[in-house]
Amino acid sequence: MTPAWAQLGYLAAAVCFIVALKGLSSPKTARRGNLIGAAGAVLACVIVFLVSDLNHLLPILAAMAAGTAVGVLGAYRVQMTQMPQLVALFNGVGGGAAAIVAIVELSELVGGPAPVFDLIAAAFTIVVGSVSFAGSVVTFLKLQELMTTRPIVFAGYPILYGLGLLAAVAFSVGLVLAPSLLFAVLLAAVGAGLGVLLVLPVGGADVPIVISLLNAFTGLTVAASGYLLENVLLLVAGTLVGSAGTLLTRLMAVAMGRSLINILFGALKGGSTLGATTVSDRPVKSAGPTDVAILLAYAQRVIIVPGYGLAVAQAQHTLRQLVDLLIERGVEVDYAIHPVAGRMPGHMNVLLAEAQVPYEQLKEMDEIDSEFKQADVALVVGANDVVNPAAETTPGAPIYGMPILHANQARQVVFMKRSMRPGFAGIENELLYEPTTTLLFGDAKDTMSKLLAELKALTV
Amino acid sequence: MNTEPIIWLTIFVLAVFVGVEVISKVSSTLHTPLMSGANAIHGVILIGAILVAGSAQSPAILVLGLIAVILASINMVGGFVVTDRMLVMFSRPRKALEKPGRPELDR
Repeated sequence: MTPAWAQLGYLAAAVCFIVALKGLSSPKTARRGNLIGAAGAVLACVIVFLVSDLNHLLPILAAMAAGTAVGVLGAYRVQMTQMPQLVALFNGVGGGAAAIVAIVELSELVGGPAPVFDLIAAAFTIVVGSVSFAGSVVTFLKLQELMTTRPIVFAGYPILYGLGLLAAVAFSVGLVLAPSLLFAVLLAAVGAGLGVLLVLPVGGADVPIVISLLNAFTGLTVAASGYLLENVLLLVAGTLVGSAGTLLTRLMAVAMGRSLINILFGALKGGSTLGATTVSDRPVKSAGPTDVAILLAYAQRVIIVPGYGLAVAQAQHTLRQLVDLLIERGVEVDYAIHPVAGRMPGHMNVLLAEAQVPYEQLKEMDEIDSEFKQADVALVVGANDVVNPAAETTPGAPIYGMPILHANQARQVVFMKRSMRPGFAGIENELLYEPTTTLLFGDAKDTMSKLLAELKALTV
Repeated sequence: MNTEPIIWLTIFVLAVFVGVEVISKVSSTLHTPLMSGANAIHGVILIGAILVAGSAQSPAILVLGLIAVILASINMVGGFVVTDRMLVMFSRPRKALEKPGRPELDR
């Protein structure tokens, strides 16, 4: 039995986590919230060492040190552009840890009379933890572009998926009726298979939604393992993440104008076959940095639509200098941030914050979309899908239904692009061929520097 | 009748509502840090990993338990650190930009 003071300590840690999530919902309190969460986690770790009669202390501390080193190194080394991958990996290892904890705990229940609910919780933790682990690994591979970002479907997928689910249920029932490690290992294997199958048909642009979903899954496994281990803190913390993560997944799906079912299984209906991998040879209008610099310098109102390509090229700092210069000239400039710009919702805000773009210049979509009509120039830098009119005009396109920024309503649209390659969702962008659109080809950073130089020359 | 599972179920259901309630008003600006922060919180599975590793009876089980400890530490520590790294950039004081001649939209 855990002593009362320790239970109170766990309660305090649980409250820390609630306060952390609450704090993370608002820009002003976010950082403090996160630190409070970390304090709660440290408190919980201290308590577990003080109250539990633990053997193998040294190996455990060594393992914690190793994990901490890897985690901190990963967290400091990662580039902001690679954030979604890292979150996926961290989530995956959490799910894997939960599954292992359940298997180990089960090995102690085997042989004795084990309560039914404990066995159900163990089966759930093992399956869902494995789904989360394997799914996150596939997510990582997709985001890192180590495998194709296009949806993968094959004949017989629904049958295989159905069989996997059936097997998971069957092995779970088996585990509850006749607890054995064999069933546990089989469950882990089936769970891993289901995790891979879950993520394969999801297209690259939708992958972040899946990270959020898997995040919620891991939360629920942690909750179940809390029941199994009779630890209230794990139950509460896991449930919080499970429910908050589910809501967040829904919010993100809404921001993309999609239903979760459509994101997960849309590809099975053949919905995203439209994706063009070929480069079209239709004529486009292109211009050099000099022309674009003049266009910008004599505009009154410029709206910038930044995308992931901007951050990949590390051009956001140069872009900020360009904007500062334009503002000095009296041009009114704002950034239009699509909720899913970048590789995950809110990612672009992180990337621009890194470049010290003032917060008030970042306008959310609802706020600025109606202003494109009055804009002289919409400068689209490294974005594509978020301004693609196909989201409104082409039913059947993978992004159909996603709210877009109406850059096409600006008097002039300047697209900075490396090539005519389609965006992350793999579909062609009609906007590129509009008569008001000018393309500025080249690496974003390189082109941006040239643009900046031209603009300085004009200003002097 | 054993009421204990009911108590656990009660805690679970209440926590579900708390989880939904606390983030119901998050702005899309913060989706990424929030996801990352929530991710760090489920790293408390580290507690469970420590408990099972600390009571391991055989070397094989100990090794499994220690693997869980390593994975959970990566999740928890890495998660909080990377979230902080993101949030520092949000709260960093930036020099206020002068905005000469920035008229309100009157066109």
